[in-house]
Amino acid sequence: MSAPVITANLLTKKYKEVAAVDGISFEVAPGESFGLLGPNGAGKSTTMRMVGAVSTRTSGDLSILGLDPNDHGPEVRSQLGVVPQQDNLDMELRVRDNLIVYGRYFGIPNKTAGKKADELLEFAQLSDRAKAKVDDLSGGMKRRLTIARSLMNEPRILLLDEPTTGLDPQARHILWDRLFRLKEQGTTLVLTTHYMDEAEQLCDRLVVVDKGTIMAEGAPAALIRQYSTREVVEVRFGSDRNAEVAERIRGIGERIEVLPDRILIYSENGEAELQKITEMGLEPITSLVRRSSLEDVFLRLTGRSLIE
Amino acid sequence: MTDSTGSRQTTATLQTAERALAAGVKPRKYGSWYVAEHRIRSMRSYFQTIIATSIGNPLVYLFALGVGLASLVDKSQVGQGVAGVGYLAFVAPALLATAAVTVAGEEATYPMMMGFKWNPIFYGMNAAPISGNQIVNGMTIAILARMLPTAVLYFVVMVLFGAVPSTLGIVSVFSAVLTGLAVALVIMSYTSRIEEDKGQMAMIMRFGILPMFLFSGTFFPLTQLPVYLQWIGWISPLWHGTELGRVLSYGMAEPTWLTVVHVAYLGALCFFGWKITQRVVTRRLNK
Ligand SMILES: Nc1ncnc2c1ncn2[C@@H]1O[C@H](COP(=O)(O)OP(=O)(O)O)[C@@H](O)[C@H]1O
Ligand SMILES: [Mg+2]
Repeated sequence: MSAPVITANLLTKKYKEVAAVDGISFEVAPGESFGLLGPNGAGKSTTMRMVGAVSTRTSGDLSILGLDPNDHGPEVRSQLGVVPQQDNLDMELRVRDNLIVYGRYFGIPNKTAGKKADELLEFAQLSDRAKAKVDDLSGGMKRRLTIARSLMNEPRILLLDEPTTGLDPQARHILWDRLFRLKEQGTTLVLTTHYMDEAEQLCDRLVVVDKGTIMAEGAPAALIRQYSTREVVEVRFGSDRNAEVAERIRGIGERIEVLPDRILIYSENGEAELQKITEMGLEPITSLVRRSSLEDVFLRLTGRSLIE
Repeated sequence: MTDSTGSRQTTATLQTAERALAAGVKPRKYGSWYVAEHRIRSMRSYFQTIIATSIGNPLVYLFALGVGLASLVDKSQVGQGVAGVGYLAFVAPALLATAAVTVAGEEATYPMMMGFKWNPIFYGMNAAPISGNQIVNGMTIAILARMLPTAVLYFVVMVLFGAVPSTLGIVSVFSAVLTGLAVALVIMSYTSRIEEDKGQMAMIMRFGILPMFLFSGTFFPLTQLPVYLQWIGWISPLWHGTELGRVLSYGMAEPTWLTVVHVAYLGALCFFGWKITQRVVTRRLNK
């Protein structure tokens, strides 16, 4: 095991009296793909800004590549690639120029920056858009351009804050594919998301965060094993009947969660539980047996769903 | 076994840290210039407008005011001109300083305000190794990079119109740029704070720049104004810059201490505007 590239210990950020990040601790190993999964307002972006050495922590310890960002902000940032939650590409410049000016910020000579930009446009599948205005790109293309930009300095760690939020499914899949490639090449990824499928696809290991604290940590599969059952039955009886039906079927499965629009029954064998329900003479409007996901882990840990 | 792992860890960390420390050297040293480079690249998109205004303006103004109005004023003053000099020579240093101030009015307003919100490039720069202070420096260098050629061009046209009696007049290019810089930095210390566009730019033009043009001894000596309006001139960087330009370009008589005050006042505005802007920008980036 080589030395961690990020070590956070009781990392805290307060805005006035409110703790946006409330004493979280984690480590990220080189080459690892590490995720922060949590709902809106959990403190993910705030954490990313501190790790990105642009936001000063209120307390706790933080070491990035062995350096304290408080003392070595520019040095730390020289080794990071950052994809912020909100794109901040320069709309006044064309696609390729956006990459070049960004490369210059790291002291990369113009010529090298030009070469690198062409390579990365290829990687981001934007070569044919090199001269386009940023404004004319689709949301997914802008995101890919931002990722290309973050790679200009060949970063040791890539920070991605909700990389696919707001993108349509197709654009997301293209992006995931690109990120997967980076992961294969051994880039250390730190990403935040509130999409459980994204976390499952991309993260080797993740922390579940809520209200600025870490609720659980582990590999996606391990978390699911630990906090949920193998399968889940989702049944809907209509929003006015769900609560009432839930009372009647108590005891079925290992655990039952009642959400406003559906009932979730946790079990190792979903089909068997569903059969029990129908044998009781209950006819769900819709029913579905699926594998447990991180969504279920989050529900178990917080009693709420990830996406409100 | 634990030992060997431990020392290997330390070595790995050291190498990584050393690499980071080395990579930070250039951005720390030249970061401001990279920002300026970026801004100048953006100016290319309105390069033609820049050129057209910086050649067109002096031609139009010097012709209309200098040649047209001057013949009228000089005639009515029976060959005396204003303040003992031809009207053209009197008004030209004011126009030169005004040209620099106009560049400040354009470059220190929208680009500064946009950089945080409407085209939030400052956050991108700051996520790279660039600091808030370097962003301010770079924006300022870019403004100078446009202001200085504008002033030089203006001066060339002034010379062609025969509006610069003294050879020392060449220095008035720098007094004009100093004036423009002071105005730019003062404006930036305000525009860097703007979080919502409520038409503040129009306010700056209407209640800042425009009165400054009218009451800074631009077209007639400040002393012609009623005393209760003269204070506008005293606090106006444009008045100080214009008077300085007049001293240089035709040797306008004024006590030496006053000339020193002009330079000191403009220098102080630059310094405080710069420092305050740096503070605002640094704080705003560190959320
Ligand atoms: N600059 C700020 N000033 C005040 N409060 C903030 C600021 N940034 C974030 N917060 C608050 O901190 C909490 C965490 O926000 P954030 O880190 O953006 O969460 P996430 O990225 O997980 O959605 C939220 O309650 C948010 O309102
Ligand atoms: Mg966020």
